[in-house]
Amino acid sequence: MNTANKKQNGRNLSALMRLTSRWSWIVVVVLFTLAVLVERTALGETWLRVFLGKSALNFALRAAVPLTLGALSGVICERSGIINIGIEGMMLAGAFGAFVVKVKTGALPLPISLFLATMTALLVGGVMAYLHALLSIRYKVNQIISGTVIITLATGLTTYFFNPDWISKGKFGDIAIPLLSKIPVLGEVLFSNGLITYMMLILVVALQVLLFHSQWGLRTRAIGEHPRAADTMGINVNRMRYYNTIIGGMLAGLGGAFLVLEAVGQFKEGMTAGRGFISLAAMIFGNWTPVGAFGAALLFGYSQALQNELLLAGVTSVPRHFISMLPYVVTIVAVTGFVGRTRPPAAEGQVYESE
Amino acid sequence: MEQVKGTKRTFSLKAILWTVRMPALAMITALLVGALVMLSSGDNPLVAYGGLWKGAVGSFSALSQTIRKATPFILTGLSVAFAFKAGLFNIGASGQFLMGTIFSVAVGVNFHGLPAVIHLPLALLAGVVGGALWGGIAGWLKVWKGAHEVITTIMLNYIASLFAGWTVYAGGTAGQKPGPLSDPEAAARAISETRDVLESARIPLLFPQILDRVHWGIILALLMAVLVWWVLWKTTLGFEIRTVGQNAQAARYAGIRVGRTMALSMAIAGGLAGLAGAVETLGLNYKFAPEFTGSVGFEGITIALLGQTHPFGVVLSSFLMGGLYGGAAKMQFDSGVDKQIIQIVQALVLAFVAAPEIIRSLYRLRKSAPEETLQQTTAASSWSEE
Repeated sequence: MNTANKKQNGRNLSALMRLTSRWSWIVVVVLFTLAVLVERTALGETWLRVFLGKSALNFALRAAVPLTLGALSGVICERSGIINIGIEGMMLAGAFGAFVVKVKTGALPLPISLFLATMTALLVGGVMAYLHALLSIRYKVNQIISGTVIITLATGLTTYFFNPDWISKGKFGDIAIPLLSKIPVLGEVLFSNGLITYMMLILVVALQVLLFHSQWGLRTRAIGEHPRAADTMGINVNRMRYYNTIIGGMLAGLGGAFLVLEAVGQFKEGMTAGRGFISLAAMIFGNWTPVGAFGAALLFGYSQALQNELLLAGVTSVPRHFISMLPYVVTIVAVTGFVGRTRPPAAEGQVYESE
Repeated sequence: MEQVKGTKRTFSLKAILWTVRMPALAMITALLVGALVMLSSGDNPLVAYGGLWKGAVGSFSALSQTIRKATPFILTGLSVAFAFKAGLFNIGASGQFLMGTIFSVAVGVNFHGLPAVIHLPLALLAGVVGGALWGGIAGWLKVWKGAHEVITTIMLNYIASLFAGWTVYAGGTAGQKPGPLSDPEAAARAISETRDVLESARIPLLFPQILDRVHWGIILALLMAVLVWWVLWKTTLGFEIRTVGQNAQAARYAGIRVGRTMALSMAIAGGLAGLAGAVETLGLNYKFAPEFTGSVGFEGITIALLGQTHPFGVVLSSFLMGGLYGGAAKMQFDSGVDKQIIQIVQALVLAFVAAPEIIRSLYRLRKSAPEETLQQTTAASSWSEE
């Protein structure tokens, strides 16, 4: 058990250090170092401020929260062999569920109302994911089609049941963590956020550790890479896939909860606005690892922040449309392997039937 | 995977009924579940579906609406179905549609004084080229680098949408430059849209005395369905495409150039979606604005599967979906039921045609050989397969 496990871990660590996730992390580290310089030295008086001001980094992190949660959702599903292009739908449904409960429990104290709303988002995301799992495992529907069903269904249901007269009051406020939030730049950006942002940060680390250093993680990866072998070892492949897909749906739902309960405060029709698909991109660019996905999500969030900052700084020569294209172009580059090719789980998308 | 014996398919009435049975049941079941959703929110499904029926086929103007909606549906449905036949999943129809729109509108608003016989075909062709280019990129990346077409087409959708947005961008107050296709007059009012397509590049109306704003695009779409059927089942290329779709390995052994066939199929699929964009712009909207985009891509998937990925099935299901979407406004007006119920019904239709086992168990049907071969799509089911 020991040697086999070590070997497995070794291989996965090297997979973790693959070029793509390394690339995004190098960029993130360089950006943060520069950001400290901008904040503390004369560099801050130059154009660098636009790119690396605290507001840009803050914006990037906030934009990255739903992207990261969506990408984590994708990682958990796809590592176990279930393709999830329905993240967008799960996130949207989660956002809507959170909103409805937030409105209906408006009379309760804010923390309780927020708690119930967040739980509902998890539940709704999980239910949508269960539907996806049911279609793709029980009914053997092509998983891309099943994902499309989830997206269409979520769009239809949320718009159908949405009532524009509903108003939600109050949202998760920023909590500054003592001491840590005093660290220049890094601390100020990372440790003065809403609750769901912290949850996201914890989840990234936790899932990274669990995925590569726990029994659950080993099994998840096994059924995603070689379900037959996993089955032989006594793992119930399909049951595990159900669980993982549902967990993934809950993560996407949490992303939706962030949008409603922490970022915007209200629900808008189609408010996920393609974030599920950028999450998918972040998952791929992060090479199907939680930490890699987070790095990619930060990068994509940063490209959104950049648009904002450039506009504020009066830079208009680069149309915002082209800056927005960045995540998508980068993802195509990543899957084509021009810069360090990514590799998906081997058994992804394949129906597994035990013999 | 065991697959369609397309060449042997007969067109006897019995065979057709057999084929139509599952999609029809899927449709009916989806409408029934839709009715349950309406009941759950206190709406009356009978009034709603009555309004839907009236809005879809109840009058000449309703019928016109249905035909207008069906026109781009046929072409995008054909696009998705064509890619399916080659074992590819074209989830990028909406991006290709947009590129077709932009290319055709670029030709359509320029070239003053060109006679219609040249201008209109040129604009249509530009649309095909735009879409084919976009589909072709995905096909080529798959063949050359093994990049899965589902990922690349999703990304290309967003790139196309941003690109299209930029071309018509009105500019901003902070000195942002307007896009190359934006109409200066509209831009002055901060509206992002193109100029109107010149008369010479517009698709003429079809029976304007009876039908309302229906144009020859529907005839073109029907002709394309026949053309696609002919290419797929009557030409060598079609044979190669279907062989690659059924078993790429076997096709390779048989001496078919699999990569070339795949890339070409994706380009053709893109061209069809691009044509849809061109037809919609040159025949109906006469200009492009970012809010015209809609979500043609996912409808295309539903239509292709509801039509059992057969060109003629695609035509039928396009009229069905066209009726649903066309009648939705009337339904909302008559019964107060939000027209988004149609989107829910569409999702259910897709789920049911993709999972015939649900329908079979609901109606206690036996598994039948022909339907089994038809409901399966060989479309790539994994990111990693080449």
